[in-house]
Amino acid sequence: MTLSTDIVEQIAYLARLGIDKNDTKTYATDLSNMLDLMTQMGETNTDSVQPMAHPMDQTQRLREDIATESDQRQVFQSIAPQIENGLYLVPKVID
Amino acid sequence: MHNKTISDLAKGLRSKEFSSVELTQAYLNRIKQHDELNCFITVAEEHALKNAEHADKLLSNGSSTVLTGIPIAQKDIFCTQQIKTTCGSKMLDNFIAPYNATVIEKFNHSGAVMLGKLNMDEFAMGSSNETSFYGAVQNPWQTDSVPGGSSGGSAAAVAARLTPAATGTDTGGSIRQPASLCGITGLKPTYGRVSRFGMIAFASSLDQGGPMARSAEDAAILMQTMAGFDEKDSTSVDKEIPDYSSGLNKSLDGLKIGLPKEFFNEGLNNDIAVVIEAAVNEYKKMGAEIKEVSLPNMNLAIPTYYVIASAECSANLSRYDGVRFGYRCDDPADLNDLYIRSRGEAFGAEVKRRILMGTYALSAGYYDAYYIKAQKVRRLISEDFNKALSEVDVLMGPVSPSTAFKTGEKTNDPIQMYLADIYTTAINLAGLPAMSIPAGFADNKPVGLQIIGNYFTEDKLLNIAHQYQQVTGWHQQTPKGFE
Repeated sequence: MTLSTDIVEQIAYLARLGIDKNDTKTYATDLSNMLDLMTQMGETNTDSVQPMAHPMDQTQRLREDIATESDQRQVFQSIAPQIENGLYLVPKVID
Repeated sequence: MHNKTISDLAKGLRSKEFSSVELTQAYLNRIKQHDELNCFITVAEEHALKNAEHADKLLSNGSSTVLTGIPIAQKDIFCTQQIKTTCGSKMLDNFIAPYNATVIEKFNHSGAVMLGKLNMDEFAMGSSNETSFYGAVQNPWQTDSVPGGSSGGSAAAVAARLTPAATGTDTGGSIRQPASLCGITGLKPTYGRVSRFGMIAFASSLDQGGPMARSAEDAAILMQTMAGFDEKDSTSVDKEIPDYSSGLNKSLDGLKIGLPKEFFNEGLNNDIAVVIEAAVNEYKKMGAEIKEVSLPNMNLAIPTYYVIASAECSANLSRYDGVRFGYRCDDPADLNDLYIRSRGEAFGAEVKRRILMGTYALSAGYYDAYYIKAQKVRRLISEDFNKALSEVDVLMGPVSPSTAFKTGEKTNDPIQMYLADIYTTAINLAGLPAMSIPAGFADNKPVGLQIIGNYFTEDKLLNIAHQYQQVTGWHQQTPKGFE
């Protein structure tokens, strides 16, 4: 299977991942090789097999709906790239 | 001092042969002396000496554990308050975690002294430690070769005696393969046995932390501290923890060992096959019975693993957005530009490759063909193990198809790099525990034997590894220049 550079650029956009224009071809080749490897799975019949999402088919553990965390806004914001008045700053979204 | 086991170091501390401060300083000196190996991303000198001083007080007033005052080093994937946690990435080069990982808390509670944070492949994605933003790590056995990955810094540091023991994490072989390539003992526990809280996520249904040490005896001591239920990890398993050290001396008479025939195929380097065969013979002498078993879907482990791991990676790494923590690009034009450039500038090529692969596998139109298909094959692989392990007690085979390869040899061929994980990824898909123990040398480089057990049988695996280490001396070999 061969992925075009257009598809690679489209996936990169979906993942909001900047990739250098000069590298797109290499990524297309690498991903195509990976997909070739993955087509091997198609040779096995899995019609009646249930997908396994988790090693031990665990169910999600539930707990009482009570607050266990205290407010740590300042601690968390101390490692943020840019904040102002307790808010995370991003470029203007609405004009 | 640096050649002693953890038990001997603990005795030395109690008999006042040396203090924890002296011991810690000795290791800090060795780390500086062998800086060229590039094992550490951060050496926490001040922090370590302060904790060693505190440990000395605990030791003198009697409120101590076996790890009190013992230096250990942490893979830089475990979040540590006060000391930066990079996960081997430029993305987290400035990241100081607001909390400790549960594993770190447990070691702190035991009184162990953290020497620093160990180098690793970026976000644990790699099999050679070459994808680290902080540069490749050298294998102390042959410094022009890789230590394996992703826990390459951990394995090289333990092998070079820069720390008595270390932690690692294993998503597709990242504890076992570097342990094999560096000639140390590594244990990947059952999924859910060691808390993942504060362990930076790569592929959440596969990731598992575990000990990396010089012997099974030392690994058992670390495992005792690391294992256990954690309500902060929703996949942590609430199951009793055995005493790992007390079971080490059980006899192996009558042990049933299965050799999966798919592990001994044409892809395996002959020199390695010879070493594995000799190790199995050693077990025969100890009274074990050997039986051939089959894992018919083993050939699908690599493709299945790379679909699932990439898919989970693309979801997990979406949190790095340049807004709340981590790297942010300069002067973003708008919000999209902020996301795209921050991620584009801070992630390395391998991480990008996997995010792209995962995004593709999860996208509309391809989800069933890749992701769901991989989950179905995952079940088949898991069932193969269940069947094999109903016939025998443990499985044995190689960890890696070759010994440590030259730095740079596989960097331009991702598929070749992925194939280095051929004997390890299936175990993560099934969630089983497995170990790598030193079993000999090929071409003057260490070879590891893989021992795979049933769910929650880490005590059995450690026992089997320890018994081998009682009759062989491979685990005591030290690379030249690091004696």
